[in-house]
Amino acid sequence: MYSIILSTASRYLLPLMLIFSFFLLLRGHNEPGGGFVGGLVAAAAYALYLIANGVEEAKKLLKAEPIKLIAIGLLLAIVSAFISVINGQNFMTGVWANNELPVIGKVGTPLLFDLGVYFLVLGIVTKIIFSLAEEDK
Amino acid sequence: MLNLLIIGFIASALAPFIYKRTKNYFGWIAASFPLYMFISFFLKYNEIVSGNVIKEATNWIPSLGINFTFLLDGLSLTFVLIITLIGTAVFLYAGSYMKDYEQTGRFYLYIGVFMTSMMGLVLSDNMITLFVFWELTSISSYLLIGFNHHKESSRKSALQALLVTGGGGLALMAGLILLAQVSGSFEISALYDMHSTIVGSNLYPAIVIFVLLGAFTKSAQFPFHFWLPNAMEAPTPVSAYLHSATMVKAGIYLMARFNHAIGGTVIWQDTILVAGTITMFIAALLAFKQTDLKKLLAYSTLSVLGTLTMLLGIGSNLAIKAFFIFLVAHSLYKGTLFLVAGTLDHETGTRDVSILGGLRKFLPVTMIAALLASFSMMGIIPLVGFIGKETVYSSILEVENFRFFLLALAVISNAFVVMVTILVGIKPFFGNLLPTPKSPHEAPLKMLIGPLVLSVFGLLSGMFPNVFIQKLLDQTTISIIAEELGITVKLWHGFNFVLLLSFVTLALGISIYYFRKQIIQELDNISLTKFIKPSYWYERILNGTLSFAKLQTKVLQNGYLRYYIIFIILTTLGLAGYTLFRSPGIGSLVINLDITIYELIIALMIIASTILVITSDSRLKAIVALGVVGFAMGIIFILYSAPDLALTTFAIETLTVILFVLVLYKLPKYLKFSKPVVKIRDAIIAGSVGIFMTMIVLLVTAGEMQSELKKYFADASLPEGKGRNIVNVILVDFRAIDTLGEIAVLAVAAIGVYALLKLRLKEGDK
Repeated sequence: MYSIILSTASRYLLPLMLIFSFFLLLRGHNEPGGGFVGGLVAAAAYALYLIANGVEEAKKLLKAEPIKLIAIGLLLAIVSAFISVINGQNFMTGVWANNELPVIGKVGTPLLFDLGVYFLVLGIVTKIIFSLAEEDK
Repeated sequence: MLNLLIIGFIASALAPFIYKRTKNYFGWIAASFPLYMFISFFLKYNEIVSGNVIKEATNWIPSLGINFTFLLDGLSLTFVLIITLIGTAVFLYAGSYMKDYEQTGRFYLYIGVFMTSMMGLVLSDNMITLFVFWELTSISSYLLIGFNHHKESSRKSALQALLVTGGGGLALMAGLILLAQVSGSFEISALYDMHSTIVGSNLYPAIVIFVLLGAFTKSAQFPFHFWLPNAMEAPTPVSAYLHSATMVKAGIYLMARFNHAIGGTVIWQDTILVAGTITMFIAALLAFKQTDLKKLLAYSTLSVLGTLTMLLGIGSNLAIKAFFIFLVAHSLYKGTLFLVAGTLDHETGTRDVSILGGLRKFLPVTMIAALLASFSMMGIIPLVGFIGKETVYSSILEVENFRFFLLALAVISNAFVVMVTILVGIKPFFGNLLPTPKSPHEAPLKMLIGPLVLSVFGLLSGMFPNVFIQKLLDQTTISIIAEELGITVKLWHGFNFVLLLSFVTLALGISIYYFRKQIIQELDNISLTKFIKPSYWYERILNGTLSFAKLQTKVLQNGYLRYYIIFIILTTLGLAGYTLFRSPGIGSLVINLDITIYELIIALMIIASTILVITSDSRLKAIVALGVVGFAMGIIFILYSAPDLALTTFAIETLTVILFVLVLYKLPKYLKFSKPVVKIRDAIIAGSVGIFMTMIVLLVTAGEMQSELKKYFADASLPEGKGRNIVNVILVDFRAIDTLGEIAVLAVAAIGVYALLKLRLKEGDK
């Protein structure tokens, strides 16, 4: 079912979709978006690539093992929750940096947490899609 | 103290990594960790014995009264010193003993976590913190008993220990929560002034039962004793550490700690007294027939645990004194003897006492440690065990009722313990040399230091009790019964009745040892019914639960996805439908038909695609139609200005369709369609769900929604959450802990999906 149009298009769409997904993640705090939907969009990007070019290519492109992405996501979320504890505040209190960064905007533990959700969702969806698409060996 | 515990957990986590690089001398590195803890706490010794109590608090969940509060007083210092001192010996010993095992690094991780949790347990002042550490010790004990996980008996014993102590742990939690409800505080130190309130409460009997269940299971009191001998499947350093010197004393510690808050009543004292006495006596009798070094020691440990419990049950000043001395003495000599047993096993290749003998020439240093510990265990002057046994006897003599009955039981039990000691600590070294599987030779240095130091401690504290024991004894008794005893510990009390009892015990023990073989032959003729064994009932309950689970799985989870869904839906319908039906507003629901043209169009789209889903004869068509339903829903979310929800719905729907297509790719074409009867059944179920959901939505939207939350989140989102998107701020900040839970569940689900898929692939192989 190889289609040259889809294959070529997916190559250009993938970076665009990834950027869009990251954009969704970053804007999530003020406008519609967030880590969850961002992760879904990123996963959809890889899913599109998979349909166009096959699972092996998609795996190569993702580089990281999806299960590691899941672990990284969980770890980021948990780390973000403990930063306030080190700061002497209650577990999961939001800690914000005073200055805004260009492009990213305000930086704080909720953003880190959202980043964790992003990676986790990306990992989970790609894990499931990759395992489904893998040929029975 | 919290810092020390954190250091402990971090050090344990690092152990496997350090072990990989420093295999040969890791024992020394590992031993430095408990030694460091020992020194840290020993530095507080002067402060504690002068009557101070050190408290420390760090907030955890202050709104619920759950905090990391720690308390160092006589009782906890005694335990911490025992834990860390024996820990040092065991860690060093294991460096040599565990060398040939695989995954020794992991062993150190488990045992390090255990030691730290055990310290946390005895230091905690907060009941919930105590409970958390309590469970951590159970879990690390499980991992350590099952350390030889390739052996089925190890896994079984580990599970047994976990189920018994874990079940008791649940009871304990219930007891502690009740206790906090009655007293209004989770702090143990706050309970001391509330004794009359607690004892007078209606809940008091329940509190006692639950707390004692926790204590009895952990400390292996009758009828929960059976897990401890089985726990001997663990590597010997574990048996020496967890299952004789420390963890099994956690229950004893708990009773001692709570004694002056909830003790002093008939139900508390008598239950403890009876359970302790039975355990002491039965365990001693059960030890008789054993021939395995470790089993012998395990049963004698049980007997001692019973004795300690019995002493708490007697509860007099003298009994508490005996409790303390016996506790210290036992930890020292039993730790030593277990390590000696491990050495014998390691150097000769067998643990069967009947084929060990005459090893004095080959293991002279081990023999010295063994003899010192044995003499202490038998209660021979001038070792600390002698003082222990003397005070036990004299405290029994003070009991008003059944004094001589108790005394007789104690003397007989101790005589059996003497027999065990001769078998384990003395016989292997004397007599004729018997052939062993390995040619015996002296243990390496690492395996000698621990037993020697512990046994010499036993000797010194016997000879100079006022240096080693007296001061801490005073403070410990204050912790247990809130008054100072003013009793001095002496080695020699002159010739009196108690000394006579000691001699009787020894003589009786030695004669039992000599007639042992004949008696065992006699015993073999008598067979006891299995119904009186508590382990039989444990097996029955365990197997019963398993077969019930199997039956239930067969009915509820028969492998057909549609039945799973039907069960889930019907349960929801049954439970929620019942509540819905009884709600007052149900009669006056009005359907509001004031809708816009867009909404109507979308609704029609949804209905049309649903019909297509049901009637379609190809899977692909059905899925695309289902996708249309999803997108139409997303548009409804937009119409009602919920862009976040819509965005997520679109993404999810897209991916769902992709997932379905990937699955479909592997499925065969529709082979057979459902029979009409099945179709009607499904239509009824689906229809009721639809009606049910509609009713719920109507009911929810009927009343004016009075939600403080909506306003609160809208107001607080920007100033407190630094974001204008309320939904997202709730997700990642206000309610982030929910999200954390959800993503954890998602991760587990992903692993589950992966496992399921891979499992299917494997089956395809066959």
